[in-house]
Amino acid sequence: MIDKALLDQHNLTEDEYRLIVELIGKEPNLTELGIFSVMWSEHCGYKSSRVHLKKFPTEGPRVVQGPGENAGILDIGDGQVVVFKIESHNHPSYIEPYQGAATGVGGILRDIFTMGARPIAVLDSLRFGPPDDAKNRSVMEGVVSGISGYGNSIGVPTVGGEVYFDPCYNLNPLVNVFCLGLADKDKIFYAKAEGAGNKVLYVGAKTGRDGIHGATMASAEFGKETEHKRPNVQVGDPFKEKLLLEACLEVMDRGLIVGIQDMGAAGLTCSTTEMAAKSHMGIVVDLDQVPQREMGMTPYEILLSESQERMLLVATPGKVAAVQAVFAKWDLDAPVIGEVVEGGRALISFKGEVVVDIPVDAVVNLCPAYDRPILRPGPPPPAPPLESLPVPDDLGAVLLKLLASPTIADKEWVFRQYDHMVQTNTVLVPGADAAVLRIKGSPKALAMTLDGNGLYTRLDPRTGARIAVAEACRNLACVGARPIGVTNCLNFGNPEKPEVMGQFEQAVAGIAEACRTFGIPVTGGNVSFYNDTEGLSIHPTPVLGIVGLIDDIREIARPGFRAAGDAVVLIGDDREELGGTEYLKTHYGLEAGAPPAIDLEQEKRNQEFLIESIEAGLVASAHDLSEGGLAVALAECAFHARGRIGCRVDLESPLRDDALLFGESQSRILVTCRKAGLDAFLKSAAAHGVTARAIGRTGGSELVIQHAGRTVLQLTVRQAFRAWKDSLPSFFQVKT
Amino acid sequence: MKFGVVQFPGSNCDFDAYHALRHAMKRPTVMLWHKDHDLQGVDCVVLPGGFAYGDYLRVGAIARFSPLMQQVKAFARGGGHVIGICNGFQVLLELGLLPGAMLRNKNLKFLCQPVHIRIENARTDFTRAGRKGQVLRVPIAHFDGNYYAPARTLNEVEANGEVVFRYCDADGKVTDEANVNGSLHAIAGIRNAAGNVLGMMPHPERAAEALLGSTDGRTVFESLILSLERPGAKARP
Repeated sequence: MIDKALLDQHNLTEDEYRLIVELIGKEPNLTELGIFSVMWSEHCGYKSSRVHLKKFPTEGPRVVQGPGENAGILDIGDGQVVVFKIESHNHPSYIEPYQGAATGVGGILRDIFTMGARPIAVLDSLRFGPPDDAKNRSVMEGVVSGISGYGNSIGVPTVGGEVYFDPCYNLNPLVNVFCLGLADKDKIFYAKAEGAGNKVLYVGAKTGRDGIHGATMASAEFGKETEHKRPNVQVGDPFKEKLLLEACLEVMDRGLIVGIQDMGAAGLTCSTTEMAAKSHMGIVVDLDQVPQREMGMTPYEILLSESQERMLLVATPGKVAAVQAVFAKWDLDAPVIGEVVEGGRALISFKGEVVVDIPVDAVVNLCPAYDRPILRPGPPPPAPPLESLPVPDDLGAVLLKLLASPTIADKEWVFRQYDHMVQTNTVLVPGADAAVLRIKGSPKALAMTLDGNGLYTRLDPRTGARIAVAEACRNLACVGARPIGVTNCLNFGNPEKPEVMGQFEQAVAGIAEACRTFGIPVTGGNVSFYNDTEGLSIHPTPVLGIVGLIDDIREIARPGFRAAGDAVVLIGDDREELGGTEYLKTHYGLEAGAPPAIDLEQEKRNQEFLIESIEAGLVASAHDLSEGGLAVALAECAFHARGRIGCRVDLESPLRDDALLFGESQSRILVTCRKAGLDAFLKSAAAHGVTARAIGRTGGSELVIQHAGRTVLQLTVRQAFRAWKDSLPSFFQVKT
Repeated sequence: MKFGVVQFPGSNCDFDAYHALRHAMKRPTVMLWHKDHDLQGVDCVVLPGGFAYGDYLRVGAIARFSPLMQQVKAFARGGGHVIGICNGFQVLLELGLLPGAMLRNKNLKFLCQPVHIRIENARTDFTRAGRKGQVLRVPIAHFDGNYYAPARTLNEVEANGEVVFRYCDADGKVTDEANVNGSLHAIAGIRNAAGNVLGMMPHPERAAEALLGSTDGRTVFESLILSLERPGAKARP
């Protein structure tokens, strides 16, 4: 008997239950209820976000597939497409960091290769509590080794990403994994179950009891009982996934199948009903044919299991044997478990009895959408007036502290655990503004980056979201790439809280505005709500994954100073903007004030000018100004230079020293040019309506910053480098 | 000369090796499937990097039983040239074609980074295009690259000039810091006593094109080509 307690366990409201009864014309049995509970969960059904996500621009000349499929697809010319998407695995990664993160990688890889694309790059956006806490360190170590263990084994390079630290992620880390694949445009596959009489094949790992209700778990707040949820987390097997990847790509390449869908969230339930619903067909499944690795599993468990490394294929009866032969080559079973039928119903049997008989449309397409109450965010907590914050006496010491702050410090400790070079396409390795991958056999290259500053978004969701898009595009511009498309992962708190929905609504609006200005379509993404543990919400954290295209791989820029004696040029305007900065947080312990303002049109002009200058060969190096402002950017350019090159800059500005050095005004880029090319560069800037000032030159072994003739900062590059380089490893000291 | 790249189901540097040999070195190259019994008449077998059979057990431990490896073993015993890179090196150790074993890296983490290695012996078929003491910059990417062998074996390997590469710093100095994975004697690559089998942890195929940051890995392939294409080179077994 279905009662309130059972509905609560399934995260369904009484209204939702009444709707289910109406749609299917009967009281559901327990298995059917389980199916609705996962398919109508926030994670699968997007019930709180759908009405807002419609605001994103989704069209453009390159768009082959927008939102609604496993991943977005963009045309990059020459008969090739890129297939890409980002997904969150936040909840599982807190409960069981290694497997949570590993299966996050596994899941996003399947989303990409299920469309016929070979995954060529993974990037991760990670957020943890500060590493001086042992629990945070253990979560971080687990997550990083999970990503490393899975990605390295399967042979897809992890080429970039970002890591931020803030106490708001103490009990709720964020693990967002982005993957991009490359495919031939005429060999894209979709989750279709077309043609009555076609066979449904189950391939990959056997079904076990792991991960049951994973999607439902990701759709509720966490309390103190999260320990008990560990069995909801799946266990990954990257070797199995490698076999599955190769076998699936082979059957697709040989045109042996009609459609394919991975079994991710909501497992067999989701893949069977979605494939049928997309083709307006029905599906018959015999659960006795499903390979199982445990005895005595119930239909409920088989259907809701989220065991990893599984796929569902549809093939014409004449090709079943050929498909099975390919899977046998890769030592995988591929049993037929059902058939496509007319009629639009899912008919699932177990031990000769029909255990599920429901219309697929109701399950897949009729999940209610909620326009939840919204409380617009108020103004950010004001920062104290600058006059009350003295300019520190020793700005060099402040810079060292900033360089050692975990968010800014060197992340090599993380990315050297990732194989970032396998597949031999990686031209710019992690640590650059954006990852750059060549395309074998073509002069073109791909660039990609993930960005999102949760503190900015908390202080002002709309501005923070606009900045996230702008900064991602700026990172691409710094390597010489033009943005072509966007995916996003929207990490927010409990959508049933009006203030969280207010943040969400504003952030979505900000992303939509910025994407329109840059003329880039959103091709998909993921929403992760309920990032609240024990009642505390994380900073609202939209993470933007933006893909860029480079016409000629020979025309890229890198962040490191190229040579001594080059001119250092600052593109963009400095303003007195210290709100939400890493400086205010690190030095004064304040997370307050309005984040920096952003003029999207000016930003676009600056970026276009930069890309054209890189293509014209006028740029020796380029690096974006972000957390820590100008001083940190200068130091990073020195660190990235081969042999580490210092610089001396002389600034003229009405701003106070700390705002000038550490302010985070947007749209700024640090560029170096050969002396001979400087005039041409500055003239071109003026013609583009871009502010560009020569502020100094590279060389020497020191970082020297003068302001109005006074030396305000002087450090050896070596000293600064050690602060930046040694910080993160020092938290994880292993005696060897 | 013709190269053959072995494909285990979990190999993931197989196409990288193929690309480097076929397109960067411009030599005929074929893929050799692990379930086959035929080496297709290749002059040199390449065991590429990856996780041959998942490597949940000891790395390379299952690969040695694959059908093709019986052919490779016979080929090597007959004097055929074999090079094992990373996981390929681990498989050669398990096969018994090279002495020693691999432990986990000393920091117990996977390591992916460029390293410097010094040519210890330039009078081998794998290094003759270089010179003794030359420093190469080549990436590593492994969890189990911490070379170990009992003292007596190690002494023999050293005495016979079987150490081909050692980890070093940019100036060619062997230091603890440069020996990132903790290998005994900072060993990065060894050959067998007969001189026709090489195992190395660094990835020369990742350093075969300037666009990727280094061309130093070409030295290994150029040496093989020099050795096997010179007039009077030993005929295949």
